[in-house]
Amino acid sequence: MNALKNRIRSFGLATIVAGMTASSAAWAEDTIKVGILHSLSGTMAISETTLKDVMLMLIEEQNKKGGLLGKQLEAVVVDPASDWPLFAEKARELLEVHEVSAVFGNWTSVSRKSVLPVFDELNGILFYPVQYEGEESQRNVFYTGAAPNQQAIPAVDYLLENEEVERWVLAGTDYVYPRTTNKILEAYLKAKGVSDEDIMINYTPFGHSDWQTIVADIKAFGSEGKKTAVVSTINGDANVPFYKELGNQGISATDIPVVAFSVGEEELAGLDTEPLVGHLAAWNYFQSVDTPENEEFIETWKAFIGDENRVTNDPMEAHYIGFNMWVKAVEKAGTTDVDTVIDEIIGVSVPNLSGGYSAMMPNHHITKPVLIGEIQEDGQFDIVDQTDGLVAGDAWSDFLPDSAKLISDWRKPLDCGNFNTETQTCGGKGS
Amino acid sequence: MKPVCRLFAVLPVLLLLLSGARADDSLGDLIDALATGKLKDRAGQIEAIAETGDPQAVPALSALRDGALYFRKSDKKVFMTEKAGTGFVLFDPISGTEVETLAKGAVKKIKVNNKLRRQLTAVIGSMTLESPDADTRLAAARTIFKNGDVSALEALDAALESEQDAEVRAAMELARASALLKSDAQTFEKVKAVELVGTKGGRDAVPLLKELASSTDESVAQAAERQIAEIEKAQALWNSAQTVWYGISLGSVLLLAAIGLAVTFGVMGVINMAHGEMVMLGAYTTFVVQEVIRGSFPGLFDYSLLMALPLAFLVAGACGFAMERGIIRFLYGRPLETLLATWGVSLILQQAIRTIFGPTNQEVGNPSWMSGAYELGGLTLTANRLWIVVFALIVFAALFLVLKRTGFGLQMRAVTQNRQMASSMGIRTPWVDALTFALGSGIAGIAGVALSQIANVSPNLGQSYIIDSFMVVVFGGVGNLWGTLVGAMTLGVANKFLEPYAGAVLAKILILVFIILFIQKRPRGLFALKGRAVEA
Repeated sequence: MNALKNRIRSFGLATIVAGMTASSAAWAEDTIKVGILHSLSGTMAISETTLKDVMLMLIEEQNKKGGLLGKQLEAVVVDPASDWPLFAEKARELLEVHEVSAVFGNWTSVSRKSVLPVFDELNGILFYPVQYEGEESQRNVFYTGAAPNQQAIPAVDYLLENEEVERWVLAGTDYVYPRTTNKILEAYLKAKGVSDEDIMINYTPFGHSDWQTIVADIKAFGSEGKKTAVVSTINGDANVPFYKELGNQGISATDIPVVAFSVGEEELAGLDTEPLVGHLAAWNYFQSVDTPENEEFIETWKAFIGDENRVTNDPMEAHYIGFNMWVKAVEKAGTTDVDTVIDEIIGVSVPNLSGGYSAMMPNHHITKPVLIGEIQEDGQFDIVDQTDGLVAGDAWSDFLPDSAKLISDWRKPLDCGNFNTETQTCGGKGS
Repeated sequence: MKPVCRLFAVLPVLLLLLSGARADDSLGDLIDALATGKLKDRAGQIEAIAETGDPQAVPALSALRDGALYFRKSDKKVFMTEKAGTGFVLFDPISGTEVETLAKGAVKKIKVNNKLRRQLTAVIGSMTLESPDADTRLAAARTIFKNGDVSALEALDAALESEQDAEVRAAMELARASALLKSDAQTFEKVKAVELVGTKGGRDAVPLLKELASSTDESVAQAAERQIAEIEKAQALWNSAQTVWYGISLGSVLLLAAIGLAVTFGVMGVINMAHGEMVMLGAYTTFVVQEVIRGSFPGLFDYSLLMALPLAFLVAGACGFAMERGIIRFLYGRPLETLLATWGVSLILQQAIRTIFGPTNQEVGNPSWMSGAYELGGLTLTANRLWIVVFALIVFAALFLVLKRTGFGLQMRAVTQNRQMASSMGIRTPWVDALTFALGSGIAGIAGVALSQIANVSPNLGQSYIIDSFMVVVFGGVGNLWGTLVGAMTLGVANKFLEPYAGAVLAKILILVFIILFIQKRPRGLFALKGRAVEA
């Protein structure tokens, strides 16, 4: 029951904090406003509420250090309610009504796509903290989550080298992120000499809960005498029944390992992890990272949220990095003016939580280490592999023929997110 | 420590007593070496331990595989551990005697990955072939069979010589055959092994044989292909049986989700969009019950679901009662307003739960009797699905009895079929309405207890079932319980037969299209109510 009480208490705390920040807007004229655009209700609230909380914590910490440019920071929290068109409206509200200096928000790719025109039109800054499918580079958006080459490709490399996997199941939820990621992975695997019949691609609807047939198919696919692994881009809630079914049908990680790109500490918190030990996840951060920076971050988080059992995860670290980059760029520029900050932030480097420094690249993606973790009984990950250095996020995948010739560089004189190196023109593809 | 580990822990002590004090320094050193080096050095370290062939190493290796082998940070000595509160009790890795209890920070876990876990399982397998415990020997033989480990051949031959137990003997012979397949034995020996593996090995033999099918040795490859064809032929029939089972299992989930709605929507005609939230309330009741049990009476955990059932019925039923009295009774005969009002209630309930419990998933544990799977011939029946099928049928039967055999059921049917007449016979129709709605909601709450075992317990739980529930009730025929049962099972089985061909997304679309067409043909569903009630 204790956990329950804590949760009630922490909620109370969060409301008070949110209430305070909202009421302070009435009298505090001289503050710098920071917009937080995360769903607090609806299907995505499960993941996004935590990110709202971590932003409130980062802003509070910064204010304790004396704020920014001598002013206090002020959080403006809005709730787009997991409703994609509402994201655009709320983004407009943040930029036009509240005139925020930067926005931290979004989780799903479709919600990001829906706000892009707003940020373009009103010239705002958006920090996007979640791993995504790539194939995008916008002047007003900074991608602090992983691009496919910072998560998917290294994970597949790990399986190729360490588990000697020969057959691949690419399982995902049916929307843009899994489809694009799987397209990239398929091209990558084929380039590595994997034949067509050794790749099985499977898509399921959002919130799919009956995994019996698919898990049985995977089991059959895996009993062909070749080492098989599942690369999972299954989103959100559907993961829990998927893993439960794996456990029930007796597929252990030593038989067919599953490497997931959307399963972190937060998702495992609602799950009995004993049958999952050994299944993998690829992220740029795990709570189990053993560095003093991370220890401090976890301690601050637990104290802020008032619950010893709350976990930290990768998108939280992405916000930590993104927020600190923005703070540093504003300090460097001496102003919160959007155009100046967009120019100044390129090249800014701040400590990440895994003991190194992450830098903002000219393509508005950042450099990060890639970690491979195995699920443990306590719902945490044991890090079993780590890239030697940092990996720079690649906006346009080298493994898709259309994108391979595109580069993104927002520095002058190029100042373009999709420069086609063959035709030497800007605007090679889409946005 | 698990019982098996404990057995291993006793074993070396016995051996020590038999052989007199033996110098185990070298083994101790080898085990301590695990504390040093990186993950990629570990395979070599394990091999070095395995090469000693010393059965005393088995408990330490098992602990390493299960993530229970730690080293003391102060002197890098390796120990087997058992969690005790926030700290760890340390046991000597060889003798198994308790050494001391240390805080969490003073020890560090020795990491392994999947590859090492596989290696360890194989190594332990070949080291425990001569264990005095028959079950351990059996497990060892089965592991070797699955992996087809050539290096275990010698150990198997030795073990076979002294093996008495018929079952273990058969398993060892099978293991020997599978090991032979990968060795460089003579062709005729291999062909014989292929036949043995093919006839006795069942489904696990397929991967081993598939590898051989591409062998350069013609006769071996042919024999392997023949066996694979045999196994697959036998398997084909089982496969369709398995699909039917998946369908029934999905159907029972649909039935559970829809059965409460069959009362509120089917019998009363209220378009209840908050039905899914009643299911969610039931699931959250289960969560709270489990939290209380975990905190105060951990021994009763296996009964938590049974205790949650009446509570979930009461919580959801009370909520339904309040809804009917507070909102719905003012809206009878205005379906559109009812739809919007109940939709509003569903949003309020969702956000209330989110506010109290937080937006993240809650962990509802499976009691031990709901974990694992049963093998029935070529069928795999997972325990939780099996129980849910049984449970759905029990709930259906109980509701059926209430409606047909009790006084309340009679009044309920009377009111829904002819309100004026029932009223003039002295039935308090408003109360019957309220209680009927409460009954439907309560049953939804009970369904929530069962669904908490297979779905996420989150504020969105209800939303994912509402569409399916309406689909089942409309398809089965409004106002008819049998229709709900048949409708749910039909949709479940149809969905599962379509899924392998069309994929999960398309299968769902096809089912929806089918229902739309079906409703065009028979607007009242599978089992239409006949008689005066229809016109009412």
